[in-house]
Amino acid sequence: MIEINNLTRRFAQRTVVDDLSFRVQPGEVLGFLGPNGAGKSTTMKMLTGFLAPTFGSARILGFDIQRQTLQAQRQIGYLPEGAPCYGDMPVAGFLAFIAEVRGFRGAEKRRRVDAAVARLELEKVLGQSIETLSKGFKRRVGLAQAILHEPPVLILDEPTDGLDPNQKHQVRQLIGELARDRIVVISTHILEEVSAVCSRALIIASGRLVADGTPLELESRSRYHQAVTLVGDALDPAALAALPGVAGIEANPVEGSLTVLARPGEVIFPQVNALIHQRGWTVRELDVERGRLDEVFRALTRGEAA
Amino acid sequence: MRQLPAILKRELGSYFATPLAYVFILIFLVLSGVFTFYLGGFFESNQASLAPFFNFHPWLYLFLVPAIAMRLWAEERKSGSIELLMTLPISRFEAVFGKFLAAWAFAGLALLLTFPLVLTVNYLGDPDNGAILTGYLGSWLLAGAYLAIGSCMSALAKNQVIAFILAVSVSFLFIVSGFPLVLDAFAGWAPLWLLDAVASLSFLVRFEAISKGVLDLRDLLYFVSLIAAWLTATAVVVDLKKAD
Repeated sequence: MIEINNLTRRFAQRTVVDDLSFRVQPGEVLGFLGPNGAGKSTTMKMLTGFLAPTFGSARILGFDIQRQTLQAQRQIGYLPEGAPCYGDMPVAGFLAFIAEVRGFRGAEKRRRVDAAVARLELEKVLGQSIETLSKGFKRRVGLAQAILHEPPVLILDEPTDGLDPNQKHQVRQLIGELARDRIVVISTHILEEVSAVCSRALIIASGRLVADGTPLELESRSRYHQAVTLVGDALDPAALAALPGVAGIEANPVEGSLTVLARPGEVIFPQVNALIHQRGWTVRELDVERGRLDEVFRALTRGEAA
Repeated sequence: MRQLPAILKRELGSYFATPLAYVFILIFLVLSGVFTFYLGGFFESNQASLAPFFNFHPWLYLFLVPAIAMRLWAEERKSGSIELLMTLPISRFEAVFGKFLAAWAFAGLALLLTFPLVLTVNYLGDPDNGAILTGYLGSWLLAGAYLAIGSCMSALAKNQVIAFILAVSVSFLFIVSGFPLVLDAFAGWAPLWLLDAVASLSFLVRFEAISKGVLDLRDLLYFVSLIAAWLTATAVVVDLKKAD
């Protein structure tokens, strides 16, 4: 378990991380969300022992990152933001170095390196120096060094940043596979990633925790939760607006559709459906929304209530 | 301490990953030859000794050694790999000392490659080989002191050129602290013990004895403690500056 209590970091007079407390259990994939500069990377740097907190504590599987730094760091695989590596080293040499620093020798070292290479499909670039690799390969080398010792805790700072859609899919799949009985913390500002890989999402803004829940829970805080969108001819907005449980109507001129918003906690699809049948409207498209994460994200991180 | 060899190996390898190592060794050998034979008057002195070779080392190292120390930490901070290094399960001591040892081993290798001089002087005459060995040891210790200063300056500056200039400047102070130039500044007002203390910090004074083949335990201790002090300072600076 990761336990974070009142974690705070100030740079000069600026508070970058402000009194953050949360827990992460094994098996959870925690998505750390927030706009750029919200304090995601700073939090991760404190979790991995790179930065000392101004105040508060972090415990990794019971080891205090400040007092038992090395024991805690042995439990962690970390991909820093931008996946910095030693550019002048060949991939094979770099991974061998990481394996040695992680305490593996001889056959065990080779086995670990081979396993990480196979998992990230790095066979073709083993002899190349890291600085000559494409962005996608560099990121994969960074991930390979993070998972090499099969750590119980994985902390990945923007693992898919700068990757193409296929590579993103691969990395997400990898995270999904790794997540079983591990703790995975990823930071991202790509919202689709949260729905795709995370079992829980934290949203932070200006260093403060503003939301904590499953992606579904967060989506349900959207004003589009349970909204019904219709495309059809001769729809009557006034009749739709008068239905019980309807909070309002939005017209989308570009798609030629109407979105009927539900009041919080209400389900309006049956009423809308009944009205369509009663009036005999021709409806070509009908869509019930779970909610829009990007809208929740914007509302929360701009400091407005969702 | 178990991870020290891994750090040492990686650092040493990175010298040879770029032309830096070969360029450095070449320049070092050429310059030490020039100093020994032209400026030092190796043949004219008509003595079977390597004193003309060792005498110029404090000045030769002043510019060459900061060149191998400047990348130690500045490069890590610039590329961001310091975040990777400092989140691996290694102690601060292992990181600082491992990097220093790699640079020191490299300097030692360059120094060893001057062995033809030893052969030459043995061929020409009958030198005191014990004194030569002491000279080599002293020279290597001197290089270590320069490197420890350079390591700290490299941790201070993100830019390698600035790290180089800082290292040359600080090292220069350690060379000239035994000269009237510096001592005169203290002479008027400072108590004698301070004057002696400043003078005793000088590389030149300490190295002179060793290069002549006189190995005093106090001189040995001087270099070892100087290295230890600057490496401790490096560790502190790395901690303060790593996240900038």
